[in-house]
Amino acid sequence: MGSLLFNFFALLTVICAVGVVVNKNAVNAAMCFLLSLVGVAGLFVLLDAYLLAFVLLLVYAGAVVALFLFIIMLLDVQAGGKAKLRGITAGAAAISAAVLALGVLTIVRAPQTETALAEVEPVGASLKLYAYQLFTTYLLPVQIMGFLLLIAMLGVIVISKKIEAREDVK
Amino acid sequence: MIEPTLNNYVLISAVLFAIGFFGVLLRRNTLMIFMGLELMLVASTLGLVAFSRFNGVPDGNVFVFFILTVAAAEVAVGLAIIVALFRKRGTVQVDELNALKN
Repeated sequence: MGSLLFNFFALLTVICAVGVVVNKNAVNAAMCFLLSLVGVAGLFVLLDAYLLAFVLLLVYAGAVVALFLFIIMLLDVQAGGKAKLRGITAGAAAISAAVLALGVLTIVRAPQTETALAEVEPVGASLKLYAYQLFTTYLLPVQIMGFLLLIAMLGVIVISKKIEAREDVK
Repeated sequence: MIEPTLNNYVLISAVLFAIGFFGVLLRRNTLMIFMGLELMLVASTLGLVAFSRFNGVPDGNVFVFFILTVAAAEVAVGLAIIVALFRKRGTVQVDELNALKN
């Protein structure tokens, strides 16, 4: 059962991710991205990270994809074809493709780890542990993240606001 | 059928990262490039959660929280920049955004 669900969600994730990259229509690509995120959330549930699956759907599907769709409709963009590869870009692309393929091959050929899921305690399943970690070990990063969100919010307001040239400022 | 082992989770994470990477490389539209970036971020979170679960330590899971926060901030700022760019230049195709070229 677990194996079947794993295969289903893995296939959903990868196929929809390919759909994001190859789709001509920007709205369809955003919808494929949404489905791909649902697949990743399913994989998170299979890994006993229920809270993270929920937060992923909330933040990505609820906020990020909705924002993408808003911008796509606002700008009325076409997805556009593939970029023309030429010269140094093609060389860099070939090298990075080779490196990525090598990485994937290394994982495929690596000796299988024998750890079964039943042997390890699912630490990510309980909410208490997240709260404990966030308020003890990771207290400073939490503060920094809050500050980062504040900066991002202010930055977005400044960037997207139309600032008229005022005489008295000059 | 593939079994849900650590290697296969990491494999899916790597494949997802590669797909996102090629999205960044092959697309011409800034929005689609941005979507490829998001795909790469999600792929990295999947790897972190898998390692965390199979090793029985909570740190990877907690780290995913921070990645999600940074991703949310990044999307907000990035899309605001794209909108500002569109207002200024009237296009979001990377081929036509070459003001810094010469």
